[in-house]
Amino acid sequence: MISWLLPQASSFASTIDGLVLLIAVIVGFWLILAEVVLFGFIFKYRARDGIRGQYVSGEDRSQKTWVSYPHYAVVVFDIIIIVAALRVWNEVKVAAPPGEEQIRIIAQQWSWTFVHAGPDGKLDTPDDIRTVDDMYVQRDRVYTFELHARDVVHSFSVPAFRLKQDAIPGRAIHGWFRPTREGTFDIQCVEMCGVGHGLMAGRIHIGSAAQYAAWMTEFTNTAVAAHRIASSTPIADVAAHDHAGTAGGTR
Amino acid sequence: MTGHPHDAARDPGFVKKYLWSTDHKTIGLQYMLTGMAMALIGAFAAYVFRMQAAFPGASVPLFGPVEAADYNYLVTMHGTIMIFWVAMPVLLGGFGNYLIPLMLGCDDMVFPRVNRLSYQIFFLSSVVLVASFFVPGGAFGGAWTAYPPLSANSAYSMTPFGSTLWLLAVALEFVAFLLGGINFITTTMNSRAPGMKMFDIPIIIWTIVIAAVLFMGSVGPLVAGAVMLLFDQVVGTGFYDPARGGDPVLWQHLFWFFGHPEVYVLLLPAMGIVAEVMVVFARKKLFAYRTIVYSAVATGIISFFVWAHHQFVAGIDPRMASLFSLTTLIISIPVAEMFFVYIATLYGGSIRFTTPMLWALGFVAEFLLGGVTGIFLGSAGSDIYFHDTYFVVAHFHYTFFPIAFMAAFAGITFWFPKMFGRMMNETWGKVHFWGTVIAFNICFIPLFITGTAGDHRRVFDYSMFAELATPEMQSLRILATRALLVTLAFQVVFVINFVYSLFRGTVAEANPWKANTLEWLAPSPPPHGNFAAMPVVYRGPYEYNVPSRALDYWPQYEPADATDPVAPGARLPLPQGA
Repeated sequence: MISWLLPQASSFASTIDGLVLLIAVIVGFWLILAEVVLFGFIFKYRARDGIRGQYVSGEDRSQKTWVSYPHYAVVVFDIIIIVAALRVWNEVKVAAPPGEEQIRIIAQQWSWTFVHAGPDGKLDTPDDIRTVDDMYVQRDRVYTFELHARDVVHSFSVPAFRLKQDAIPGRAIHGWFRPTREGTFDIQCVEMCGVGHGLMAGRIHIGSAAQYAAWMTEFTNTAVAAHRIASSTPIADVAAHDHAGTAGGTR
Repeated sequence: MTGHPHDAARDPGFVKKYLWSTDHKTIGLQYMLTGMAMALIGAFAAYVFRMQAAFPGASVPLFGPVEAADYNYLVTMHGTIMIFWVAMPVLLGGFGNYLIPLMLGCDDMVFPRVNRLSYQIFFLSSVVLVASFFVPGGAFGGAWTAYPPLSANSAYSMTPFGSTLWLLAVALEFVAFLLGGINFITTTMNSRAPGMKMFDIPIIIWTIVIAAVLFMGSVGPLVAGAVMLLFDQVVGTGFYDPARGGDPVLWQHLFWFFGHPEVYVLLLPAMGIVAEVMVVFARKKLFAYRTIVYSAVATGIISFFVWAHHQFVAGIDPRMASLFSLTTLIISIPVAEMFFVYIATLYGGSIRFTTPMLWALGFVAEFLLGGVTGIFLGSAGSDIYFHDTYFVVAHFHYTFFPIAFMAAFAGITFWFPKMFGRMMNETWGKVHFWGTVIAFNICFIPLFITGTAGDHRRVFDYSMFAELATPEMQSLRILATRALLVTLAFQVVFVINFVYSLFRGTVAEANPWKANTLEWLAPSPPPHGNFAAMPVVYRGPYEYNVPSRALDYWPQYEPADATDPVAPGARLPLPQGA
């Protein structure tokens, strides 16, 4: 259902869409049934001259069955939904597969910083590549991410991935995804984070391995050049607002 | 009951009668009218930010251009006002105060002065909240949930005074409703009319009392949390600051431990109003009275164990989601049970489509959609996607609009004759109903769609988001905004009907709807002290169409041996236009 409106760009997007469809079918059926009965009763038992209302206490067992059968149905379908929902939750949020790539995501008022692991595939090494508001990943690789917030609570959301995770100051929150479709998609901050909340957008670029390598080479070169300029400029705190040492920010 | 002298004839003077009264009816109306006035502010906020969402950058009539900070504080204040300053005072403060002594058959609350203090603190809290619009830096814009560190530190929120006043106002409001709740519970336990056993209490009193218990049980931790947040703001402590050993997620737990029971604090009184209205206009005994009471109690208890479903993706241990998903779906069972019982009550009835009945039936029809869309959000797996989208917004408006407005309109149009001694106009009441309900649906159905397409909340300008800034999405937003304008325009009909009927409506008799509960024994409007002679209760509240009787109702206060004054076969005539 969601895929009519938004592409599925991660391995678990179709899983979540399937769960949403399952719930939609179940609750849709019961909603329509309940409304039909409600409006049917409203029509059938409208006041008419000469017909008196009935006296039904609803306390007898035989009368209560009319409420208990739908009630049992609610229990049964609740169980079905719970099982399906927790299987999906487990796949997306608990049972992460081993990561093939690492990336660090840092949220702050009101921008995203992405630390790509660089050629050596490890974070916190000199070849890390930092970008602002644009994130670059390879298709069909399992990424584990580490999510930080510098100031207030933010939330990292990629609708095309069906992925969402709050970023909490003081915590490193881990998660994973595997992009399955090449292209460029929105990153949203979906937790109110202050005046610039509505402007806190990012983009995720998904490319083939060759494309990804080309991006990284380009940024390494730009970053080296930018670093040369930055180090000759007397800026005290480059790291905090890292634009000078950043490549790839397209805005 | 400790006696008030029944001296309705002696005029206590305007101030004593209307402003400084200990009469539960006056206090109830004070709460209700204050809530309705605050609703105008909340509605104006919605108008301004929806105009910005539909027509970004345009100058909004009566407001001007909407900046990002304006948008944030309008969204924040809309949520805060509609829940704490509209739904709470109208449903609990208004109907609770007005109805509890009347429906229990006593002359006032057990602690009338505590009751007066409760309203005075509430009024003060309203003043503090409204004042926060006018302080340097502007009103608080960190969403009604006020997550720290944004709310704790003005370096982040940029509203040094607005955040503090917001917090103070909310804390004062809590104190007011704690005091009111003490009265509700004590009065119901101690001051029922002779003969009124626990299962003879009208459902609305049950639901209001259960709501008061829920409120008292859940708000304590949040008051403590609010004091810590206040200290973080003004003294510089670090309860929620991770750099100094605090934890921002602590607030989220305290807030939602209150915040989710709060949903039921509001839902239950609304369900009570709907039950009272439905039985009267279906001329039908309430189906399975005890089941409703037990379901309401069960809902209340379970509501203490669901709070973290607001925090599935908030950085809590992901394994915790299983537990809270489970409890959340479990709570659907008693709530669904109550709705089944309500629908069953209509079976075999003789339904009259008066204005209050339309609102009550509309409540059931609309809330069902709000209820089932909650399943998408309670299931942890699908909440990953829907969390903080417009799907959530549409979902809770399909619950809160029926609660705070449809049930409230049902109650106001139903008890208006009792409150003011005059009938409201039925024709204009129906115009108001249909205009409001149709426009409401056209407003929020599009938001389910934009939410499903990934539209996230509290964004004042979509131009940064390629997936959201499409013409299709924008046309849905414009449709929703236009429908909102129509919804708001139809409220003018209500206000005019309300004010006109107050002075010019047909004079109402004591029991214009031929209802059973005790408030209809008192004159309309009831004097100070309520009843000429204190009533005695002989039966349950819902004895309609008892087969052995010619009359289709049998008031609680009527002795069993009273002669049936109407000839066999006669019945209540149909209302005009039915």
